[in-house]
Amino acid sequence: MAISHMSRYRRANRLVLPMLILAVWTWLAGTSVLPEGTLPTPAEVLRQWQSLWMSDDLLGNILTSLQRSFVGLMIGASIGFGLGLFSGLSRLGEELIDAPLQMMRAVPFVALIPLFILWFGIGETPKIIIIALATYYPMYVNTASGVRNVDRKTVECARVFDVRGFRLLRQVLLPLSLPSILTGLRLSLIISVLALVVAEQINAQSGIGFLLVRATSYGQSYTVFACVALYAIAGLFADLIVRLVERLALRWRSGVAVR
Amino acid sequence: MSAVQPTVRLENVTRAFTNGGRTVYPLKGISLQIHPGEFVALVGKSGSGKTTLLRLLAGIDSPNSGTLSVAGTRTVVFQEPRLVQSMKVWQNVALGLPRGESSRNAAHEALTAVGLDGFAMKWPATLSGGEAQRVALARALVRKPHLLLLDEPFGALDALTRLQMQSLVGRLCSQFKPATLIVTHDVDEAILLADRVLVLREGEFSLEITINIQHPRPFGGPVFSEIRRKLLRELGVETESGSHHEIVK
Repeated sequence: MAISHMSRYRRANRLVLPMLILAVWTWLAGTSVLPEGTLPTPAEVLRQWQSLWMSDDLLGNILTSLQRSFVGLMIGASIGFGLGLFSGLSRLGEELIDAPLQMMRAVPFVALIPLFILWFGIGETPKIIIIALATYYPMYVNTASGVRNVDRKTVECARVFDVRGFRLLRQVLLPLSLPSILTGLRLSLIISVLALVVAEQINAQSGIGFLLVRATSYGQSYTVFACVALYAIAGLFADLIVRLVERLALRWRSGVAVR
Repeated sequence: MSAVQPTVRLENVTRAFTNGGRTVYPLKGISLQIHPGEFVALVGKSGSGKTTLLRLLAGIDSPNSGTLSVAGTRTVVFQEPRLVQSMKVWQNVALGLPRGESSRNAAHEALTAVGLDGFAMKWPATLSGGEAQRVALARALVRKPHLLLLDEPFGALDALTRLQMQSLVGRLCSQFKPATLIVTHDVDEAILLADRVLVLREGEFSLEITINIQHPRPFGGPVFSEIRRKLLRELGVETESGSHHEIVK
């Protein structure tokens, strides 16, 4: 009983800061402190979404953006996961790929955009590659360290009980490194939204970024605001999804976390 | 000795580690046989090579020279439970067994044998130290081992739980009859459980005592005390009866 009450309070606690920000925003936009047209109220953002929905196929653009982000993330996260496993499981793997990946990591993906436009044109390919490039790294680092940090003694014990090879990976190593892998996934998901914003600035013909760029060139600050708010919501949902996955996949840890 | 094939046969086994140009010998050419159903206790101070020997027998490590053979399956209970946290209790017990109904049933039976029926669906993180160690014991017994290795299995438990676990292990071993080797630094534990106690000192067996007290053994009594005194003296501990042996470095 007491525990369920506590978790209900906890959930309410998460809402405190967003509510406060919303209140300050509404108050700021409502007063005449700022020049007219600088900051729309939350209600005006809602109305802006409504008009974009009617006149500019907002839903279609959202879906296009989501698809880009999802495909890019899937490619990036899969590569990061695969390389992370290789590097975490074998010393050879770490020696072969860790240093090159750290080098590649040091090159900001934004700097590669002109190159990608030259190589792949301005279609979907460069956008997806940019997102994949931005998202593989957190997944790589967290998968590798998760696998590497599984308790050696437990692994040794599993080997004594004849759990080896692929079975060891599936039954022991992967489940025990899942908390770390999901942290990687969470970071990758959030970065995929960031990369999406950047990727959609390059000659997009559709997507949230396209609406944003067009609105900027016409000086429509309310539409810009409406698009930025959409990105924020996408970030929020990304986080919620991973939290849900964590709760389902990590039940063995519930009530154990030190908090 | 007996005509039965020994479960464990070690002949002139040496294990050496080289570290920074210096070579140490945890085991210097030791020989040992353990027969089916026999309960052997290995005592020694830390650094005497006990754990090295157990790791050789468990197949985690291999000797530099000499012959080592273990007939049949072997299982280990370590000092820590070493349960896989992401598996339920019964899955931990069935670790490494083929999938299926029979393994599941066997796991439940083993849990009942260690007094943990009703714990099958729990997560390891919710268990107490003693409960987790009993799960580890069930996991070792479920495979019907020919050789059961116990590496200071009660070292991390509180005194009361340790007493319970000792009598549980004694009972289960006389029931399932595996050849058993327990590594311990607790002399009383060794006398309470074992048919034969070996003292390992600087990589060699320095004393072997066969214990003929009837099971279940009462704590104390003249025979018990005599053996205890001998073992402690060998380990370099003076007892109240007052022999002033120099403590071995």
